[in-house]
Amino acid sequence: MKDEKQVIRVRNLFKKFGDFTANHDLSFDVYKGEIFGFLGANGAGKTTAIKILSGLSYPTSGEIEVAGFDVYKQRELLKRNIGYMSQKFSLYEDLTVYENIRFYGGIYGLSRKEIKMKADELLTTLNLEHVRNKRIGELPLGWKQKLAFSVAILHNPDIVFLDEPTGGVDPVTRRQFWDLIYEASRKGITVFVTTHYMDEAEYCDRVSIMVDGKIEALDTPSELKKQFEAKDMDAVFLRLARNSSYQE
Amino acid sequence: MDSHISIENLSKSYGEVLALQGVSLEIKSGELFGLIGPDGAGKTTLFRILTTLLLPNTGNVSLCGYEVVKDYKYIRNLLGYMPGRFSLYQDLSVMENLNFFATVFNTRIEDNMDMIHDIWVQIEPFKDRLAGKLSGGMKQKLALCCALIHQPKILLLDEPTTGVDAVSRSEFWQMLKGLKAKGITIVVATPYMDEANLCERVALIQDGKILQVDTPAGIVNQYEKDLYAIHTSDMYQAMLDIREYPSVHSVFAFGQVLHYTDKRDAFEVAELKEYLVNKGHEGVKIEKIQAVIEDCFMALSQENKLEQ
Repeated sequence: MKDEKQVIRVRNLFKKFGDFTANHDLSFDVYKGEIFGFLGANGAGKTTAIKILSGLSYPTSGEIEVAGFDVYKQRELLKRNIGYMSQKFSLYEDLTVYENIRFYGGIYGLSRKEIKMKADELLTTLNLEHVRNKRIGELPLGWKQKLAFSVAILHNPDIVFLDEPTGGVDPVTRRQFWDLIYEASRKGITVFVTTHYMDEAEYCDRVSIMVDGKIEALDTPSELKKQFEAKDMDAVFLRLARNSSYQE
Repeated sequence: MDSHISIENLSKSYGEVLALQGVSLEIKSGELFGLIGPDGAGKTTLFRILTTLLLPNTGNVSLCGYEVVKDYKYIRNLLGYMPGRFSLYQDLSVMENLNFFATVFNTRIEDNMDMIHDIWVQIEPFKDRLAGKLSGGMKQKLALCCALIHQPKILLLDEPTTGVDAVSRSEFWQMLKGLKAKGITIVVATPYMDEANLCERVALIQDGKILQVDTPAGIVNQYEKDLYAIHTSDMYQAMLDIREYPSVHSVFAFGQVLHYTDKRDAFEVAELKEYLVNKGHEGVKIEKIQAVIEDCFMALSQENKLEQ
């Protein structure tokens, strides 16, 4: 464990849609600076849980705190202290790189001076100074993803949620993306990440695996491999997910 | 019927963007062929040209001996196409969708049941459900049935497994194997490097260029460097340290280990091990390993980038 400070605290989280239970009695903690892999098959309930943790949807019941804020009563404060990025929604294609940074900086309440400073810093670090005034739509996917991640942590949040951030990206860029994740984690930002690439599950400090709305396993990759007598995380995942009774 | 695909020196650009640059490929009749590459590599453009939906700038493309430009109407009857985005009618039921596609191709479901039977039985229990209300895996199976209902000679699948979990992916490949046994030529595009091993032959593609075409084993055998797997207690720190190692050629995270190549031919494992131990790493293990497709792709794509 990197740090004992809880950044996410979930107790008995339930989310029901009619008579369908999307999240069934989830309880877990995520700690400061941790890279937490949130795995599960399609339809296992990951997106539902992430929406609740990022203040976009109310749970049916349960006690949940994110960045020290209650998901029922302090949603606006919560949203200000988290970052979010997904493959589907990240940056505005028809705005330039700088306009996107300015837009998100503004949303997160940074001052003009801060935005300018952060933008310079970010573009230098990513080696993207030369595309400052290019539209996002003109950039290669790999660059977009790296920018989107950096923009998601522009306001130095306690935690950043990454929903399949590396889907479709080439293998070299995918690894460069993980460098950014490690760096953020070393700065103390908690990274909550979902992925379908099982090699990436190995890079997480701890991994949870959801099956049919429940967390069926949660531990470090090495402990999970021991527990399931599996050679890698792919084998762990297949063993758990194959037991799914999920039927439409 | 011979159902090979022949692509000669094919180029396509959108304004200044070169989507395909001089692509040549021969895909044999009855082959299960993989087009492996990341988003933006040109896979979808190639499929749109093969499906006669897009005109090439230059080059010749033929399917079953028919040319995509001249014989487009005829070719469309020979093809089954599953685009990357779910493209069925969400507000029609499963059965209505299948019926629609059968009718468009002037045929009937019952005349073609043998073709889709193995897949159809899995979605038949939901035949009255609206397509929009199906789960991802079920939508995919329905889309495959709709692409097959007119008994195509060639099946083109554009990223059928993208965003799909590991279990559903492996089921999908099982279905493809079943179809191959029926003699259909199948071309699958995928960004997942590990799926290359499920194809008979693959083309690795990036930035509109084919990097290599071969069997998966053939590609792996052509990997030029000696490759080593490195394991230590702190993998990320080890990677940062190895990047500073004077004779490092490449180092990449690879699941539980790092994959390392050295600039020199005469590389001593003990030297690197000592370097890591001196940096404070514990439990250092280094062993020589066989490359996998992803190693090959990364090596080839970096050569390709250097050439540009």
